[in-house]
Amino acid sequence: MPFQLNINRKPRTVDAAEDTPLLWVLRDELDMKGTKYGCGIGLCGACTVLMDGTAIRSCLTPVSAVTGNITTIEGLGENGKLHALQQAWIDLDVAQCGYCQGGQILSAASLLALHPKPTDAEIEEAMTGNICRCATYNRIKAAIHQAAGSPAETKGEVHAGE
Amino acid sequence: MPASETFAQFDADMQALIAEVETISPPVAMMGRRSFLKLATFAGGGLVLAFRLDTRAALAEDSSEADASNLNAFVRVTPENTVILYSKGPEIGQGIKTAFGLIIAEELDADWNTVKVDQAPINSKVYGYQGAGGSTSIPRAWDQLRQAGATARAMLIAAAAKEWKVPVSECSAAASVVTHTPSGRKLSYGALAKAASAQPVPDPTKVQLKSRAEYKLLGKRFTGVDNLKVVTGQPLFGIDVQMPGMLYANYIMCPAVGGKVKSANLDEIKKMPGVVDAFVLDGTGTPAEVMPGVAVIAKSTWEAFKAKAALKVDWDESSASKDSLTQAAIKAKEIGAQMPAPANNVGDVDTAFGSAAKVVEASYDYAMVSHQQLEPQNSTAWWHDGIMEIWTPTQQADRGLAMVAKMLNLPDEKVTVHQMRAGGGFGRRLANDYMCEAAAIAMKVNAPVKLQWKREDDFAHDFFRAGGYHFLKGAVDKTGKLSAIQNHLVSFSADGSRPVSGGARSNNSFPTDMAPNVRYAVSLMPLQIPCGPWRAPTDNVQMFVAGSFLHELSVAAGRDHVEFLLEWFARPLAKSEGPPPDPSRSYNASRAAGVLKMAAEKSGWGKKLPSGRGLGIAFSCAYGGHVAETVELSVDAQKHVTVHKIIVVADIGPVINMSGAENQAQGGAIDALSTAMGLEIEAEQGRIKQTNFTGYPILRMPSAPPVDVHFIQSDFRPAGLGEPCVPPLAAALGNAIFAATGERVRTMPFKRAGYTI
Ligand code: FES
Ligand code: FES
Repeated sequence: MPFQLNINRKPRTVDAAEDTPLLWVLRDELDMKGTKYGCGIGLCGACTVLMDGTAIRSCLTPVSAVTGNITTIEGLGENGKLHALQQAWIDLDVAQCGYCQGGQILSAASLLALHPKPTDAEIEEAMTGNICRCATYNRIKAAIHQAAGSPAETKGEVHAGE
Repeated sequence: MPASETFAQFDADMQALIAEVETISPPVAMMGRRSFLKLATFAGGGLVLAFRLDTRAALAEDSSEADASNLNAFVRVTPENTVILYSKGPEIGQGIKTAFGLIIAEELDADWNTVKVDQAPINSKVYGYQGAGGSTSIPRAWDQLRQAGATARAMLIAAAAKEWKVPVSECSAAASVVTHTPSGRKLSYGALAKAASAQPVPDPTKVQLKSRAEYKLLGKRFTGVDNLKVVTGQPLFGIDVQMPGMLYANYIMCPAVGGKVKSANLDEIKKMPGVVDAFVLDGTGTPAEVMPGVAVIAKSTWEAFKAKAALKVDWDESSASKDSLTQAAIKAKEIGAQMPAPANNVGDVDTAFGSAAKVVEASYDYAMVSHQQLEPQNSTAWWHDGIMEIWTPTQQADRGLAMVAKMLNLPDEKVTVHQMRAGGGFGRRLANDYMCEAAAIAMKVNAPVKLQWKREDDFAHDFFRAGGYHFLKGAVDKTGKLSAIQNHLVSFSADGSRPVSGGARSNNSFPTDMAPNVRYAVSLMPLQIPCGPWRAPTDNVQMFVAGSFLHELSVAAGRDHVEFLLEWFARPLAKSEGPPPDPSRSYNASRAAGVLKMAAEKSGWGKKLPSGRGLGIAFSCAYGGHVAETVELSVDAQKHVTVHKIIVVADIGPVINMSGAENQAQGGAIDALSTAMGLEIEAEQGRIKQTNFTGYPILRMPSAPPVDVHFIQSDFRPAGLGEPCVPPLAAALGNAIFAATGERVRTMPFKRAGYTI
């Protein structure tokens, strides 16, 4: 059945069974591949999107339950400009395989909306739902601090090689 | 073939694969002059130079820019002065696309800001080895890529010299520009590209390669070449492939490997909304290709998953796995009690034990674990015009191509494989089972079809890292020196005669020959569950055992552990210890001592720590990477572990990309911490108990400690870094827990001993 959605500031109409998770609507129907499938049951965070600015798991959100404006990783930057988090992610070369990183960035965006200058503890709490199998956690934390314009605490510092 | 033989054959294939993947016989990629051939004029006036004649076809097909010049199979310079470099290996998160680009660009003297790195087509006739395993991508391709860059550079300089009618020796190149030094005249690579391709090809083995001091790019920090795409969610991965008219599939296999389909409610499934088809595949019967199962084909991934959930299959389990890992653990203890004869001997173990000052006996074990790369397995396949075309996130596209061709009875030329970025590999994607399945399914579907595994499929059908059991006895002599070690490994076997892949004794000279007198034996228990390479195969577990047991011995001798290890590295080599056949297997004593000393220094080894706090250290040399790691942690009364810091000191020769190298080191150490603390696969009746991340707690950010990374750079052939930072961590962790608590952890994961993180 048809659903009216607002995705990345654009109205979209999609035709899908009502129990279809938003994840698969985005990926298969709308051909937006930035939102990733990792576990399908809310445990990994790869499928994270923002609904009205708050991080949700799109694998657990049936399309019929989408009540707000959706922002995906493709739409996080505006007017052709990268979001500060995306820029920090590039500057600090956070990604290894990169598969989790869209979800990581959106969880971080949700955090910064609440806590513009998060502490390490706030970062850890906000990011605990996002698995990085390649274990880039040190750099994710540093990149969030950088995007927030707050100096990294000792924890999460990245040392230059010798 | 009876099932047991099929399984043995499959395991033999996996072992051959690991051996092939891990073997680096330097100088691997030395190309003879013959291999750089000058070819006829390329469309648009450029000239193609390639390693072999057939390159031209491959590149011409791949080329969308008619006015571009391919200087060789790795380098293309456009008239607009863009340098396009081809990365021949799979990007699985190890940063190879960036590293390969940098190596070529360095010798080419290209301006990195105008370099674009593209994925090379899969064509082993042109590129040679195109897999990624055993951390061998860099060492294998090191000479080949440097020669490709240097050869192209020489041709660009020769073209400029000709244009200016000056000697080549008066010209130099930097940042994609050739300069005539006396006159200051300059020409960009773009302006020279066409003329350069008309130049004779220099002998690649004779072109001058740079020394480390001359590097402008290598060793500096670079962000990954695809990072912009990654952070803006552009399609890159296998799972992101979409084509017009594409259908979606899932493949359902017996939860106990080896089961066959008796019957299934296919008619019911075919009536479900969105379902296009459902059919049984007999498969080839080998887990590395296609096991028997049911394919469901739908118009969307979700509809395919719903069909999977509704599918009811009656399995014939007569030849399926009945493996029980709890039973295996009990049996291993019985077998382990008795040291079998004959065993491998170096020196005289019995005499050493007889005259020892201290003898220590201990048994260690480690669980089976799974890979769980974050992108679930998938491949898109399209059978059209007599060609099987496949898009896949694999670590072995070249090998997978040949497997698919053989399975479908097609010549290799009729199979095209597109290498997609992989959302993690860790050794899992050395097997191409999901590629074979997609191809087998596509033969029966009249459209491109994407096979998408669920996370649950990735748990049920992995090539697991085998568990193992070690029964050890070690001795120190009256001077406090290590004198003997006896190590009885009880492992698993698919064929009854040799350990499963990943379950053999380590091939590396450390820990294998870590005492002057060594006795080693392996006993086997049957296992049908498929096993395979998991990030730093064998070493990832055996270094836990060796690094912990060596610490037990130094403690028993009342020695400082760092001194005890340094003494071993500094020993004169015994006659029996000739140079090992493969240098990549053997550690270099001074490099080993170098990383160990630096790790001790950086961690403040010997400092006084408050009670409940401990520092541990361990060394390993796997895949040519010499790595020492320290772990500093606290343990509370409930055995909760807080890791304050991990320090990694690595000597991998020259560092290619400092940023990428540091990322690999941090990731390797934390992956090893995650696995050592909490990861375990359990199996009963051939069925894997863990089904998703709930029962498999991969470490999350709150438990991830800071990791300091230090490199000791040297002129040795560079080693890869995907694996070498994994093996030493578990021993350093266990040694730190011992230092903090006095309790020795002899089992992995440590949660079995009550520790949490
Ligand atoms: S796919 Fe949604 S949380 Fe893992
Ligand atoms: S970068 Fe690979 S899962 Fe995070």
